[in-house]
Amino acid sequence: MRLRRYGPDGVLVELGSLTEVAATRAALVAAELPGLVELVPAARTVLVSFEPGSAGARQVGEVLARADLSVAPEVEAREVVVPVVYGGPDLELVAETAGLSVEAAVALHASATYTVAFCGFAPGFGYLTGLPEPLCQPRLDVPRTRVPAGSVGIAGEFTGVYPRSSPGGWRLVARLADHADALFDPTRAPAALLSPGDHVRFEAAP
Amino acid sequence: MTRAVTVVATGPLALVEDLGRPGHAHLGVPPAGALDIPALRLANRLVGNPESAAGLECLLGGLVLRAETSCTIAVTGPSVPVTVDDHVVDSHAPVHLGPNQEFRLGTPATGLRCYVAVSGGIDVPAHLGSRSTDLLSGIGPAPLRAGDVLPLGTPEGLPGGADAIPPSRPADDLTVPVTLGPRDDWFTDPAAQLAATTWSVSPESNRVGLRLLGDPLRRAPERDGAELVSEGVLTGAVQVPPSGRPVIFLADHPTTGGYPALGLVPAAHLAALAQLRPGARVRLRARES
Repeated sequence: MRLRRYGPDGVLVELGSLTEVAATRAALVAAELPGLVELVPAARTVLVSFEPGSAGARQVGEVLARADLSVAPEVEAREVVVPVVYGGPDLELVAETAGLSVEAAVALHASATYTVAFCGFAPGFGYLTGLPEPLCQPRLDVPRTRVPAGSVGIAGEFTGVYPRSSPGGWRLVARLADHADALFDPTRAPAALLSPGDHVRFEAAP
Repeated sequence: MTRAVTVVATGPLALVEDLGRPGHAHLGVPPAGALDIPALRLANRLVGNPESAAGLECLLGGLVLRAETSCTIAVTGPSVPVTVDDHVVDSHAPVHLGPNQEFRLGTPATGLRCYVAVSGGIDVPAHLGSRSTDLLSGIGPAPLRAGDVLPLGTPEGLPGGADAIPPSRPADDLTVPVTLGPRDDWFTDPAAQLAATTWSVSPESNRVGLRLLGDPLRRAPERDGAELVSEGVLTGAVQVPPSGRPVIFLADHPTTGGYPALGLVPAAHLAALAQLRPGARVRLRARES
């Protein structure tokens, strides 16, 4: 772990693994530091920022020195079930790369319990970890200029759902059974279906 | 009758902005909000609003409003001509509008963004705790169009009574401090590199970031060609893409970035940056945070 200053009121915590990121995020959430504004996990970092002049930034180091960052946090996680229709344009490629039948690849993706490691790229886009190893596959050689909203993709160690249409290179294996607004709708509270730390299962809709 | 103003003309870009929606970056939601926060706060105080009320951010003026009901209005930011029914009135002071009176904002001679507050505040629905338009993610109301009717909230306070408030004087030559980090070690002697360079504001700058043109910042040799795993970024971050020409992130910035942030411009200096026109000169000077 390494702490890097990010202006007068911010700290970037640099970490070695997604497990350390999850543990760091959980420890900082539990600490309820004064003046906290943002707590942003990413793949190898957690960014924390505070109200100007609050003491919070100076306490980050102490909180993390007391925490065991080597194990995933044992906290009560919210469980979110996301109904999807399997059959994206890259499903056959994914099955072939995994050395599985299409049915077996679908069953594998639907069998896992995922965790929202972090969000980004677009509001409501969660990077989900827990992808079974055969499905950990590279991005497409040529990204699509337009991925439809609600597409479920895989890339590297992550799976995720596009909350709105955008360019993208993830291999697409399914789409949301519901409207993509289910994932993110700023007029709703809470606006985002997925938040870091949530557990997620995909359920094949008929 | 519902209190409201009608948009007759918008100028180049008029947006509803308040203090933004910080605290949602972990969901991928940018902070948004007025770029010149002190100017929005002042405009709100002048018309008796809480400083957090939503007002209008007008790029290069040009806004024309018609009052549907009586209200108090004030303009802040750079010096700008203002008229009501073709009579010249003051900016930086509360002005009363009666029903059907037309408020017209000219073009500021310097600076970029004027702020207009109306008594009661612009009462569009709040999303994630804010009425601000976020041009990156599309959250909040769309940019204003002629014909829009903007509902106003209920006035709570009395208009401010200041005698005379001078307009801000946007520079065409500005020096701002930069605290080094988190990724200053990606650059060879970053403080000296910053000190040696005068940048100019690129015309591609927008609410996402102020893009600077000038001699490229050089990476440390051991970081040449290295890729950063995307990480959270803060407003004011000086992000340096491989071109070496920095982007200073403003309110509508993405919540994560894949290029190293050499440093951060502290919040108190961002309003002045947001008023710089393309071609203006900027110097960044490293300081201890």
